[in-house]
Amino acid sequence: MKTELPLATQVDQNGRYGRFGGRFVPETLMYALNELETAFREAIADPAFHEELRTLLEEYSGRPTPLTYAQRLTEYVGGARLFLKREDLNHTGAHKINNTLGQALLAKRMGKKKLIAETGAGQHGVASATVAALLGMECKVFMGEEDVRRQQLNVFRMELLGAEVVPVRSGTRTLKDATSEAIRHWVTHVEDTFYMIGSVVGPHPYPEMVRTFQRVIGDEARSQFLYREHRLPDHVVACVGGGSNAIGMFAAFLADREVQLHGVEAAGHGLSTGQHAATLSQGKPGVLHGSFSYLLQDEHGQVIPAHSISAGLDYPGVGPEHAHLKETGRVRYTSVTDEEALDAVRLLCRTEGILPALESAHAVAEAVRLARTLPREQTVLICLSGRGDKDVETIRAEEAKRR
Amino acid sequence: MTVIEQALRKPSEVRLIPFLVAGDPDPDTTLDLLRLLDEEGVAVVELGVPYSDPLADGPVIQEAATRALTHGMNLSRVLALAKTARESGVRVPLVLFSYVNPLIQMGFERFAKAAREAGIDGVIVPDLPVEENEALRTACADHGLDVIPLVAPTSRERVRMIAEQGQGFVYCVSSLGTTGVRDGFSRDVDAFLEEVRRVSPVPTVIGFGISRPEHVRRFSRHADAVVVGSALVRLIGERRDALQHPAKREQALAEIRAFVRELKTE
Repeated sequence: MKTELPLATQVDQNGRYGRFGGRFVPETLMYALNELETAFREAIADPAFHEELRTLLEEYSGRPTPLTYAQRLTEYVGGARLFLKREDLNHTGAHKINNTLGQALLAKRMGKKKLIAETGAGQHGVASATVAALLGMECKVFMGEEDVRRQQLNVFRMELLGAEVVPVRSGTRTLKDATSEAIRHWVTHVEDTFYMIGSVVGPHPYPEMVRTFQRVIGDEARSQFLYREHRLPDHVVACVGGGSNAIGMFAAFLADREVQLHGVEAAGHGLSTGQHAATLSQGKPGVLHGSFSYLLQDEHGQVIPAHSISAGLDYPGVGPEHAHLKETGRVRYTSVTDEEALDAVRLLCRTEGILPALESAHAVAEAVRLARTLPREQTVLICLSGRGDKDVETIRAEEAKRR
Repeated sequence: MTVIEQALRKPSEVRLIPFLVAGDPDPDTTLDLLRLLDEEGVAVVELGVPYSDPLADGPVIQEAATRALTHGMNLSRVLALAKTARESGVRVPLVLFSYVNPLIQMGFERFAKAAREAGIDGVIVPDLPVEENEALRTACADHGLDVIPLVAPTSRERVRMIAEQGQGFVYCVSSLGTTGVRDGFSRDVDAFLEEVRRVSPVPTVIGFGISRPEHVRRFSRHADAVVVGSALVRLIGERRDALQHPAKREQALAEIRAFVRELKTE
C-alpha cells in the first residue's frame, strides 16, 4: 500500500472511525470476525499476497483502468473540465471485482471453500460468482426478490457462472434484507463459510478491508491525474450507497486538503417524499448490519426502507467511515434524484458514448451540476463505478413512462 | 443476588423461560399470556421487543415481530405493557430481549430508568457483544438491571471472559444459527454447557431451537433453565385468529397453557 492516511481516518483497535463502526453482531460471529481480522492483517503484510492480487487485477480484471478526459461533456457543460475514472472497464463491469478478488484470495488463504455474498444491483453478486468460478469455490448469492425482478440479466449471469442465487422474500425484498439473510446464513454456517461483503459496511474489519481492496481506484486515479495534468483534481465526485467506490476513490485524496471530495447519495423521488436512500443527509446514527453509522430509521429505531431507481444505492445504511467523514466535514455529501440520474445517463451516452450504471450516473449528475458553477481552469474527477448494461431494461421502462 | 438469579436458584428439576414477542398478536393477549405464564410458575419470562431487522432470529420470530410492528408496537409501548402486567399482579422476573438500535434511539440511560420503573429485571441484547456493551452496562448498573450476556459454541477462548461478565444468568446459544426449532442437537453442546457452568458466577440458561419436553428435560441436566421461544411463538401465531375472537379466546389460551405445562413436566 502507498501513503499512510492521516490519523483521523484510521480505524482504531475496536474498528471505530471516530464514534462510528464497531462490531454489533451475534456472539456466534465474534470468533469468526477476530479470525478474519487476523488473517486480513497477515495477508496485507505479506508481499506474496500483494503479488497474487496485483497479478489478478492486471491480468484478469484489466487494471489499471483508464482515466478519460470527457471533452464533449466538458464542452456541453461549459464549466470546469470533467474526467472519468473508468471502473466500468473492469472485468464484470464495475469496481466490485477489486474487492471480491481481494476477499476471495483471503478466503483461500484461510482454507475456506464456500463463499456467500449479498447483492442489490447484482454487480457484487456477479463479481463474487466470477471470482468463485476463477478460484474453484462454491458461491451462494443472496438477493432480494424485488432486485431479482429488476436485475434479471445479472441473475442469469450469476447462474451461468455457477453460483446459486437465493431470492430473499423478507422485509422490503431488496439489498437490506438480502444482507440480513446473508448474515443469518453466515451465523448458521460460520465454520466453513466466508462472507464476502460488497461494500464498506458491516462489522469490523469489513469496512477497513473493503476500503483497502478498493483503494486501488483512488491510487491509480491520483497518479494518472498527476501524470496527465501535472496537478491534483480540484474536485472528486463519487456515488454513495454503502460507499465502497467512493471510499476507494477518496482514500487516496483524504490527505490532499486542497482536493474537495463529494459523495452523492440517491434522493430517489426527492428528499421530501420519504422515498429516497439519502442516509447521510436524512438519517440518524444507529446500528444496522453490524456497525454503528448513519441509518434511515424512525424515532423508535426501526429501519425505514430506502428507495432508489438504482438497486445498488437502495440501502438504508452507509459505511461508518463515510459517517465519520461527514461529521469531520472532510467530505461533502449531497444527493441526486432518480430523474436527474436518468438525465445523466442520457447525457453521458450522447456526449461520450459511455453508458454508465445508474449508480454512477448519480455521480455524473452531481459533477455536471458542480462543473457548471466552476471556471474552465478547474477540474472535476468522477468515479465512474460501473457500466449500465445491467440497467438497460430499467432505463427503457422509465423512458417509456416519460413518453 | 438479583431476582433473576434467585428465580434460577430455587429448587426445581425443570426451570422454564418462555419467550414472547411483545404485542403479537396484540398487546392485550401478551398481557393475558404474561399472567398465564406467571400462574404456571415459569422461572423467568423473556419479552421480545419487535424489531424491523432481527438478525439473530429465524422466520417464526421475525414474522411475529412484523405482526407486532404492524400494530404499532415499539420499545416504549413494550415497557408500558410490562408496567401494566406488573400492576395487574404479574410477579415473575421479566427479561427484555431487544436489538440494540431501539435502545440507542431511546438512550441507554433513559431506557434503563424506564425499564426499571416498568418492572423489568434484565435485558438481553443479541447484537451487542461484550466488547460493545460497556455503556449499556453502566446505565443498567445505575438502575439495578441485569445485562445478560450470550455465549455461543463458537466463542471458544471467549467463554470465560463472557461468563465473567454474567449478570442474572449467562445465555448459552445451543448451536450455530438463528432462533428457531431444530430437529436435533450436537453431543458437543453438553460439554459446552458444562464448560460455561464451570466458569460462570451466575446461573446458566440454554436457548435456541428448544421446542419439546424431552429437549427441556435433557438440557435441564446441564443448565439451570431452558428457554423455549420459537415453538411457543409459533403456537401463538397459529392461534392468533382464535386469540382475537371473543368466543374462541379462552380455548386458545387453554391450549397454550397446556403446551407450557407439558414443557414443564418433570
